[in-house]
Amino acid sequence: MSADPRQFKQAASQALKNPRLQTALGRIKSHFVHKRAEAVERFGAFEALRHEGHAIRDRAIANLDMLLVQFEDSVRARGGQVHWARDADEARQAVADILRQAGARTVIKGKSMVTEEIGLNDFLEREGFTPVETDLGEYIVQLRHEAPSHIIAPAFHLNKEDIAQTFREAHTGLAPERALVERSALVAEARQILRRQFESADAGITGANFLTAAEGAAVLVTNEGNGDLSRLLPRTHIVVTGIEKVVANLSEASVLLRLLTRSATGQEITSYVTIMAGPVADDAAANTATRDFHVVLIDNGRSDLLGTEAQDALRCIRCAACLNHCPVYGAIGGHAYGATYPGPIGAALNPGLIGLADACHHPNASTFCGRCAEVCPVEIPLPQIMRSWRAREYEAEPRAGARKIGFTLWAFVARRPALYRFATRIAARMIPYLGHMPLTAAPLLAGWLNGRTLPRANGHTFHDLWRQRQ
Amino acid sequence: MSGKERHVGLFVTCLVDLLRPEIGFATARLLEMAGCTVVVPSAQTCCGQPAWNAGADDHARALARQTIDAFAGLDYVVAPSGSCAGTIKRHYPTMLADDAAYAAKARDLADRTYELSAFLVRICGMNDLAARTNTKITYHDSCSSLRDLGVRNEPRALLAQIAGTELCELSDGEVCCGFGGMFSAKYPEISTHMADNKLADVESTGAEMLVGNDLGCLMHLEARAKHQKRNLRVRHIAEFLCEAMPEPDTGKV
Repeated sequence: MSADPRQFKQAASQALKNPRLQTALGRIKSHFVHKRAEAVERFGAFEALRHEGHAIRDRAIANLDMLLVQFEDSVRARGGQVHWARDADEARQAVADILRQAGARTVIKGKSMVTEEIGLNDFLEREGFTPVETDLGEYIVQLRHEAPSHIIAPAFHLNKEDIAQTFREAHTGLAPERALVERSALVAEARQILRRQFESADAGITGANFLTAAEGAAVLVTNEGNGDLSRLLPRTHIVVTGIEKVVANLSEASVLLRLLTRSATGQEITSYVTIMAGPVADDAAANTATRDFHVVLIDNGRSDLLGTEAQDALRCIRCAACLNHCPVYGAIGGHAYGATYPGPIGAALNPGLIGLADACHHPNASTFCGRCAEVCPVEIPLPQIMRSWRAREYEAEPRAGARKIGFTLWAFVARRPALYRFATRIAARMIPYLGHMPLTAAPLLAGWLNGRTLPRANGHTFHDLWRQRQ
Repeated sequence: MSGKERHVGLFVTCLVDLLRPEIGFATARLLEMAGCTVVVPSAQTCCGQPAWNAGADDHARALARQTIDAFAGLDYVVAPSGSCAGTIKRHYPTMLADDAAYAAKARDLADRTYELSAFLVRICGMNDLAARTNTKITYHDSCSSLRDLGVRNEPRALLAQIAGTELCELSDGEVCCGFGGMFSAKYPEISTHMADNKLADVESTGAEMLVGNDLGCLMHLEARAKHQKRNLRVRHIAEFLCEAMPEPDTGKV
């Protein structure tokens, strides 16, 4: 479903020329940026809260091994089971095994980026299960056989008309004369279909925003209540999430919740905050024996980031503020990245999760404007992490690579001021004529001239003129 | 602006050196007006930022050490750029943290280094430029000025001293213009898209001139505006201030 991240430039180019996508992206400012700013303003001491969130997440990552073992014990004590998955394949198999043992066919799902990361839906379909997304945005992109384009608003790339058309194509029982213009009509249409799925599902899968080691709980925020239904209605509930989501206890998670909702949607709190600990107790018998609760904990490259410059990215609480404030994401949207996590957090994580060779564009396609780090609720130094990936990429490049040769030549000259004066004297005179150069020989110049004129230039260097003046 | 004479090393920046020496001369003039003795160390070239941002760390460190040596012994270092000043002030100490011979020197240089407007306002207390124009301008904050250096009020404090200047603020002043050094050449379509957003914002202010403190952003926006045949004048803040004053000495030949 997702595109090839190595085709980033081509995908970005298409995205820039797609007027419908550009219309959708134009809503980021009013939808996310302003709302966050207002929520931060209302809160007051948000910077202090960010420091606190940063410290909580740092402690959690530093004690990851202990907290995870404690979490497992706590889950077991409540009658649940924990399944460890080293990679995507093990995670998918673990989920399928649980479903088979439970005799489940239809699986309703709450929104979870980790299940996107491991390609769970496609796998479950191949294995004969029927996964149904129940978050409205996820449901829409599932119908369209697309990947989410935003980590908290999966269908952000779409406009109301696109969604209406998707429903008309997928919901065959939909009367042609029924109006699907208003947002409320679209929601009602989805709700009517999803309600049936909720009632008949055998198992529910959700993600988790946080795991708390002391209580063995998974904390989940939604605005649609679909997470609760996915947990409460079926007999089997599976939480699928990454190992880095754990924190010490609910009190620490509550600090992170205050940061998360304000940073994500500008809400003080989401409509639903669900604390999921152990199997759901059946009302009639208060008997948990008929219900089961599983947590699948996925590493999938995360522990490789420990001890590297990218470790700080594991603090992420997936609020998407970095996406919403990123001018590159704002220009091209999420699909162009061709990976589960787009935007700055993707640029920091993807080289670790899917490999630097595949994700090479992500840390490079940034101006280092720094707005992502400025708004990050847990103060992840995102540009610094992107830079560290660039350094690794540079190091891995063969010595005869064009870029390495270029930098070595440039540095050779720049480290010899007299030679540099001579070279820049000539270069300053040549600039007005650069447009006549064969541009294939100078890819950076060709890039500059793609949509821009040559820069205005004096023709003489400052150092030459200054020396003459003295 | 009185007191002990300040010896200020002018960090010219490679873009000003190569393309627009006028900005360097305007910077020197402002520093001299503020009572500083301006020194231009000849051992300076580039601060190393292009290499650092590209991950060519060894080259970046070599240039950082060269810059540190070139400006040793001066009271202050001033650059007409938030980007280069930011590299020296914020990134040199990180870059050379493990270099026994240079870590302390890097921190020392960082403490002495300023972006031009911040230096003129915070250190020199420049508060009466006695100049005038009749221009409606808008001001572009570079990301490094805003977020590396916390420079936002200082350029405005200088512009406010020029009588007849009407400053019309951008509505999205926090947003990057899309230059980003090599980014502008490596991802030109995204870069120019971001420039278009900025230029649309500039246009909606009704300003006839765009003023900023980073030549990188300015040449990118100017070259995009020119490509689209937009009618927009672009000036570095040092040039703008000097052009508003009598007897400009901008080093034109």
